[in-house]
Amino acid sequence: MSNHIVIVAERKGTTLRRVTLEAITAATTLLIGHSGTIHAFLSGSDDDNSLIASAKEILQYGVHEVYIAKHAHFEPSQATIILPALTDVIRELQPTYVVIGHTSYGRELSPRLAAALHSGYIADVTSIESSEDKISFIRPIYAGKAFERRQFQGVAPYVVSIRPNNNVPATLVEPVTITNPDEHIHQVKCEGIQLSSIVQHVVKRINEGIDLTEAEIIVAGGRGVRGAEGFAILKQLADELGGAVGASRAACDAGYCDYALQIGQTGKVVTPQLYIACGISGAIQHLAGMSQSRTIVAINKDREAPIFSIADYGIVGDLFEVVPLLTAQLREIRQ
Amino acid sequence: MFKIVVLLKQTFDTEEKIHIVNGAVNEEGAKFIINPYDEYALEEALRIKEQHDAEIIVISVGPERSTHALRSALAVGADQAILIADHTNYSQSSSVAHLLAATIRPMKVDLILAGLFAVDSGSGSVALQVAQLLQLPHASAAIKIQLGNAEQLHIKELPWDGNVARIERDVEGDTETVLLPLPALITAQQGLNDPRYPSLPGIMKAKKKPLTELFSSDLLQSEDLTKISASATSCEQILPPDARPPGQFITGTAQQQASSLLEQLIERSIIKKGGDS
Repeated sequence: MSNHIVIVAERKGTTLRRVTLEAITAATTLLIGHSGTIHAFLSGSDDDNSLIASAKEILQYGVHEVYIAKHAHFEPSQATIILPALTDVIRELQPTYVVIGHTSYGRELSPRLAAALHSGYIADVTSIESSEDKISFIRPIYAGKAFERRQFQGVAPYVVSIRPNNNVPATLVEPVTITNPDEHIHQVKCEGIQLSSIVQHVVKRINEGIDLTEAEIIVAGGRGVRGAEGFAILKQLADELGGAVGASRAACDAGYCDYALQIGQTGKVVTPQLYIACGISGAIQHLAGMSQSRTIVAINKDREAPIFSIADYGIVGDLFEVVPLLTAQLREIRQ
Repeated sequence: MFKIVVLLKQTFDTEEKIHIVNGAVNEEGAKFIINPYDEYALEEALRIKEQHDAEIIVISVGPERSTHALRSALAVGADQAILIADHTNYSQSSSVAHLLAATIRPMKVDLILAGLFAVDSGSGSVALQVAQLLQLPHASAAIKIQLGNAEQLHIKELPWDGNVARIERDVEGDTETVLLPLPALITAQQGLNDPRYPSLPGIMKAKKKPLTELFSSDLLQSEDLTKISASATSCEQILPPDARPPGQFITGTAQQQASSLLEQLIERSIIKKGGDS
């Protein structure tokens, strides 16, 4: 039996999100040792002409077929509204796996999809172990204080959501040339779509454009930042680095910044390439949310702060002095 | 009068370290709390009750120790509690969701509130599976909830009759405002409210409030069990996180510390010299 895998593609504006490319890599891993094909599901508004370009781009990454679901109610994307179109595609293709990014959208779509199909669901997967007879999924529990190795026991299709920033994204090093891309792009019949929720409006906040869970670089502040003005200093460094600003629970509770920025066991779990912790002491619940970052820099006045125990680079010093110097020196180097 | 169900899970305190003994998490001596996100959901139910009048039922699927969490919920103002023991041998998100859906289905509720995710298993999956099984719309990661009809919420036109919920929700840092027809399920994000502590009179009153215990065998039909077994997953092993390599302190004046750090980050290609990518 050949294996099909369906990935759910996600875009930000008209650009494919990186997690979609990571899902393609995950799908490729799941196919190791099996013959099979990768199919992508892409949805958007009925008048969105950019979907075709996105579909062609997806094909270049080695996906075999793209299914486009267009409907007036599909933008802004609400998981519950799109679900029937996706379910139809999955019922028709009967894939072994459905791979979805564990993003704000994917976190809503995956459990509802699994319940609709009576399928198993393994969420927030950070790595996939594929051997001849067994496929295992590694995922954090207790926000990364521990990990578990899980397997599906039931009946396919199986639903997997992958944590952004943990799988290598598919690349265009050897783009796949498809002579007749249109033959591999299919329109999904979107029937019985119901308006079960209405988006009134969206207000953009801090970190415009960069999602904390997908950010490559995060500059985070704690109680030591002392206020909203302090966060402005961190934002300058984050901007210079092309990163996002995050915060500890203490900083959020003190009202220095929005809860949307909180990193920890309550709050967001992040795994950037570089995490710069400024004025964060390192409570267990905060460490749980960021200790899987690739490189950790800690800046703190207190040499005994627990954050230093997991830092690759520790600076004992005043963040109000060190952070602006980092921003200024970086700017100088890059001129 | 709204009938509100709050889904509640008892979890490890977030300040607890996790000790792995023989491939399983050691619970001995650990402090248990109401999952912090479920606390926001409960607090929101209490505020709705204060504003509109409501009946609040808290439901948990879990071991016997979960009664402590349910008693705490009764002490802050929930009206009744239900503890469901899962004996399906699957103890996974889909069996929990089926148990909750089977319990809630006959209740004719207006609103189900739950936490965005549980701080232990962290899948954020059960509540939305319940919504799907009960064919209810949902909004997740709410940071503000208002209930009422179109007139009360100053909305000109709605495609639905009756009461709606207007929810401000956190979408990767942006705030999205959505409208849902009731009945619906809403999950709570941090920032929704500031949960209260139980008062002594509240704790005394809670002792007299109904706490019912149900068993999975009372709730599930054989077709539910077939669906649950089709969606089974199993945990083979629990692993500690990889240990981090030892770090180093960077010394000197603030100027020297900053330049030395940047030098090392650039040398290791962690940041790029030529502007951001």
